[in-house]
Amino acid sequence: MRTVSGYSESATTRAQSPGAPGLLCARELTVCYASRGEPSSPALLGIDFDIAPGEIVGVLGESGSGKSTLALSILGLLPESADIAGSLVFEGKDLLRFDESAWRGIRGARIAMVFQEPGLSLSPVMRVGSQIAEVLRAHRQEGSNHRKLQVEAVLAEVGLTQVDRIYKAYSHQLSGGELQRVALSQALACRPDLIVADEPTRSLDGTRQKEMLDLLRETNRKFGCALIFITHNPGLLAGFADRVIVMYAGRIVEEGPVSRVFRRPLHPYTKGLLQLMPTSLQYAGRTRGQHLPVLPGTLTDDDHLSPGCSFASRCSARTQVCQTEFPAEVAPEKGRRVSCFNYEN
Amino acid sequence: MNYLERRVIHGVLLLAGVSVLCFAFGVMAPGDFFDEMKLNPQISPATVAALRSQYGIDQPLPLRYGRWVESVLRGEWGYSFAYNCPVRSLLMVRAGNTLLLTTLATLLAWLIALPLGVWTANRRGRWDDRLGLAGTTLLLSVPELVIALVLLYLAVRTHALPAGGMVSVGFGGLGKQAQLIDLASHLVIPAATLVLASLPLLVRHIRASVLEVLQAPFVQAARAHGIGGARLLFRYVLPAAANPLSSLLGLSIGGLLSGSLLVEVITGWPGMGPLLLEASLARDVHVVIGAVMASTFFMIAGSMVADVLLVVLDPRVRLGST
Ligand SMILES: Nc1ncnc2c1ncn2[C@@H]1O[C@H](COP(=O)(O)OP(=O)(O)OP(=O)(O)O)[C@@H](O)[C@H]1O
Ligand code: SF4
Ligand SMILES: [Mg+2]
Repeated sequence: MRTVSGYSESATTRAQSPGAPGLLCARELTVCYASRGEPSSPALLGIDFDIAPGEIVGVLGESGSGKSTLALSILGLLPESADIAGSLVFEGKDLLRFDESAWRGIRGARIAMVFQEPGLSLSPVMRVGSQIAEVLRAHRQEGSNHRKLQVEAVLAEVGLTQVDRIYKAYSHQLSGGELQRVALSQALACRPDLIVADEPTRSLDGTRQKEMLDLLRETNRKFGCALIFITHNPGLLAGFADRVIVMYAGRIVEEGPVSRVFRRPLHPYTKGLLQLMPTSLQYAGRTRGQHLPVLPGTLTDDDHLSPGCSFASRCSARTQVCQTEFPAEVAPEKGRRVSCFNYEN
Repeated sequence: MNYLERRVIHGVLLLAGVSVLCFAFGVMAPGDFFDEMKLNPQISPATVAALRSQYGIDQPLPLRYGRWVESVLRGEWGYSFAYNCPVRSLLMVRAGNTLLLTTLATLLAWLIALPLGVWTANRRGRWDDRLGLAGTTLLLSVPELVIALVLLYLAVRTHALPAGGMVSVGFGGLGKQAQLIDLASHLVIPAATLVLASLPLLVRHIRASVLEVLQAPFVQAARAHGIGGARLLFRYVLPAAANPLSSLLGLSIGGLLSGSLLVEVITGWPGMGPLLLEASLARDVHVVIGAVMASTFFMIAGSMVADVLLVVLDPRVRLGST
């Protein structure tokens, strides 16, 4: 594994131990989607985590592990078919008790989101500049002239130089990199305290990915907004995120500072994910179109129903107890936690 | 060549094609306008033959088509045997009446369907959406003939509305305002029939279009930025739905026009419907062709209106992407 340098210094000092008061505290967060009236297996199952002001937290997991569900929960955007339980405390207030109008005051203003497909997350029939202005308009009473200046300023902040062209453009006239910057500028417009980015670099190629990560890191430093960065690619997190939360089957199976988790992963699932990551791709990630190698096996419904560890069917370190009992969470060192019976092996 | 120019050329070609087809079918069908005269003992076969050659019916098809085109270019649109006058003068009045009825019906139908469709889409699965769905299903299962008959029956029973015709006897002697009211009262039943008949499909299509946009990622993204309520609806959802809705408008104009032909006959509205029926029965060929061409023209014009709207409303079409 790559030894972490550079950014990681702040990472270690900023990392929060679970339970410390922070910007956002989730406790026992559980989400079930109902399909045709019947509840399905939960997409999130009793999740606890904390986000401190200004830190970058990577959420790592395979497809279907519940990452997007987590993001949508934080913004109150789960579909009506979803049931959510537990608590999600943001600056002392439980977001899960919010009604739609209270949520509207939070979304975009205090907690913002950057989506995976920037091209699809912009209206195809409205000028890009107006769409950024709409975000400001939703949260601030200001004249439209002042708003235009603000939009131009925020476009410049995300590194877009041809502000005039971008302002007047429609989404289909912009490149992938430009679109992702526009999406980020929408999220940044109201100076939120937390940005949730769901695979924001997935549609970009290697160089653009790195540029985007640098930009995210830079805005995080400049404005001090915390960032939840969701990805299935561990290569993007090394040297970028402060902490990593590893998710499997709707649960957090491991959490800790990126430097320490990547140097010595504890959960077999984390180990597997990291071993699959070729060294040359550790920072920039893969170019678009190529897929990361995946762990053998898949998550099945049986894994969800099993009383034991849901990773058991794919785990090489599995022992007798894994199939019958659920591994409780342990904190092997300060600032780390893992849920596995055999993490020491 | 841009999008609209292409559409205009397409429309002209379509009209030419329709005219040829109409002509071919109209002429190839057995019998003609003067057949009936042959049965009349007072008219000698020689007279009938003379009439036929006078009107050029005895000539070969291409020649007759050529003469018809010539008369179209002169602005006469052929000659009506039954009315003994150029088709144009007949058609203008009738087409005007049809246009009045269908324009009114289209406007009313959309004014009612648009809010209903948008509302039910936003309330998907709730009680009011289900009520709307049940209502449209019910209405959809009733043919327009039945709707018209029920309305006519009610009008006759209650004497609240005139049943049939376009104006009352003595219309000319009324004042301007009274004339308008009289005309409007005659419009109620045919217009209501057309609106009721077209409403259910319109509401459903509008609902489906809006629903599709509501589920689009950019609407969720807008919500994630704290945009909601009327702002979300009017700035994001409806403009994005304008594309499918413009196409639907074009289709609905066509549907209302063809529906109008039947409804006019049932409710006695003196538009192109009764004229077409009458002329077909009498084998008054040029009138039939004229009426079919006029309907085709209106349908093409309707879809052109929709196309222009599309270009105005959708930058993707305007700026020529995809
Ligand atoms: N709207 C929905 N209705 C029903 N089930 C859903 C819905 N969205 C997600 N799920 C289910 O919830 C689980 C978690 O999905 P989620 O989208 O959160 O995963 P993810 O980690 O974001 O995956 P990916 O990497 O593919 O984006 C999956 O089993 C998925 O099938
Ligand atoms: S608890 Fe057992 S099955 Fe689960 S990850 Fe640990 S060793 Fe593997
Ligand atoms: Mg996802």
